[in-house]
Amino acid sequence: MGTEKIKVIVSKVGLDGHDRGAKVVASLLKEGGMEVVYLGMYQTPESIIKAAIDEDADVIGLSYLSGEHLVYTPKIVEEMKKNGMDDVLLVVGGSFPPEDIEVMKQMGVDEVFRGGSRIPSIVNYITENVR
Amino acid sequence: MNLLAMPRKLADNPKALADGLLLGDRRAAARAITLVEDGSQKGTELMKLLYPHVGRSMVIGVTGAGGSGKSSLINHIIRVFRSQGRRVGVVAVDPTSPFSGGALLGDRLRFQTHSMDEGVYIRSMASRGYLGGLARATTDVVRIIEAMGNDLVIVETLGAGQDEIDIIHVAQTCVLVLTPGMGDDIQAMKAGIMEIADLIALNKADLDGAETCLRSLEATVRYGFEEKEAAWIPRVIPTVAAGARTDDVRGIEEVAEAILAHQSYLRESRTIHEIQAKRVEQELGLVFRDEVQKAVFKGLKGTGKKRQYIRAILEGRTDPYSVVEEVLRTFLRV
Ligand SMILES: Nc1nc2c(ncn2[C@@H]2O[C@H](COP(=O)(O)OP(=O)(O)O)[C@@H](O)[C@H]2O)c(=O)[nH]1
Ligand SMILES: [Mg+2]
Repeated sequence: MGTEKIKVIVSKVGLDGHDRGAKVVASLLKEGGMEVVYLGMYQTPESIIKAAIDEDADVIGLSYLSGEHLVYTPKIVEEMKKNGMDDVLLVVGGSFPPEDIEVMKQMGVDEVFRGGSRIPSIVNYITENVR
Repeated sequence: MNLLAMPRKLADNPKALADGLLLGDRRAAARAITLVEDGSQKGTELMKLLYPHVGRSMVIGVTGAGGSGKSSLINHIIRVFRSQGRRVGVVAVDPTSPFSGGALLGDRLRFQTHSMDEGVYIRSMASRGYLGGLARATTDVVRIIEAMGNDLVIVETLGAGQDEIDIIHVAQTCVLVLTPGMGDDIQAMKAGIMEIADLIALNKADLDGAETCLRSLEATVRYGFEEKEAAWIPRVIPTVAAGARTDDVRGIEEVAEAILAHQSYLRESRTIHEIQAKRVEQELGLVFRDEVQKAVFKGLKGTGKKRQYIRAILEGRTDPYSVVEEVLRTFLRV
């Protein structure tokens, strides 16, 4: 009866009040056959990690809009390390300058999708890389 | 073994997970729940270890149509129970899409008030095709959350409609959430009230028509319960679980109080023993069905028999009932 499903936490991080992008990604991951826990807005690194622990998430997906990605991402990576979440995939999406992609990967993000990325590529990436 | 430093899946050892979660470790509990949800053998081993330690928590079901405000209400109820120093676990079930097999689990969004509280464990669950308002593994998940040492476990059903009565097998106290302006559904509603409600929250009491609806519900309860001299008569409590301002919220303390009153009634009247026995009977039935099915399919595997049976049924030479009888005779020697 092995019915394993990929469980993904999708969250906005930071203070700006738009979560349309995150919602769209959440529902498209659902269409991709995943179980998506949608956290909404106003999350902190700590609250995202606690949710990921409670839900035993395989993937954490973060959505940024207004330039806080270089502030929050390292904090989340650090929290993940502290909590033994080495086998949890960390994926970041949103709008930011192209040169920040490499910066975030250096920080420990597994993959970065800039605004306008095709959704199938996100679904495929997660399916192929989930640990 | 230090679970803290272990990557999630390396710690998938039923004994280690059981030991951890019995001490209240949420990481161990979270991993244990996944094993059980996936129907894995390790999950089965784990449940065997946990069973002696369950059955002490209050289990509260919250049911009602989607959008009636179940999650919002639970969010506030948690607050009241936390202020009394009780540890709370929540299981919130949402539907799995029959097309993609995926699910959008949005209840957690409404529980944000508790997102940093270590005394609250919240788990979202997809129904994975199981009918009846819950997921197949919900009973075991509730058991795991009990074993963590939570004083209360609150179960939110997915609110698909009228046939959500599975909750009465899992929960000791059932809160039915209704809203004003459900006029057309009044008959179905009455059936639901009679079958499952231990108390009724008339939520969105800030909306038009709340007063009329309240009177009509009270009349239904009076007619259905009081005149039959039922031992427990559900209270109807108007609530506001979300509003423009926080002081709009009301009725929450009353709901929490009524839940505890019902729990006291169950214990004083010893009805709790009946409920617990019913729950075990239900669990036994489910486990039995699953295990027999697994055993039979395992026995059939590689024999090519399954295909033969299907062909025989298609050709009208036999029927599913006769096939199952034959299979059971062969594999279980009954
Ligand atoms: N006006 C009003 N809206 C409410 C009330 N309680 C919840 N809501 C809103 O109803 C919607 C659905 O609430 P939710 O708790 O998710 O319902 P659920 O699907 O039953 O869990 C949300 O937009 C809530 O803000 C209430 O008492 N009054
Ligand atoms: Mg809900």
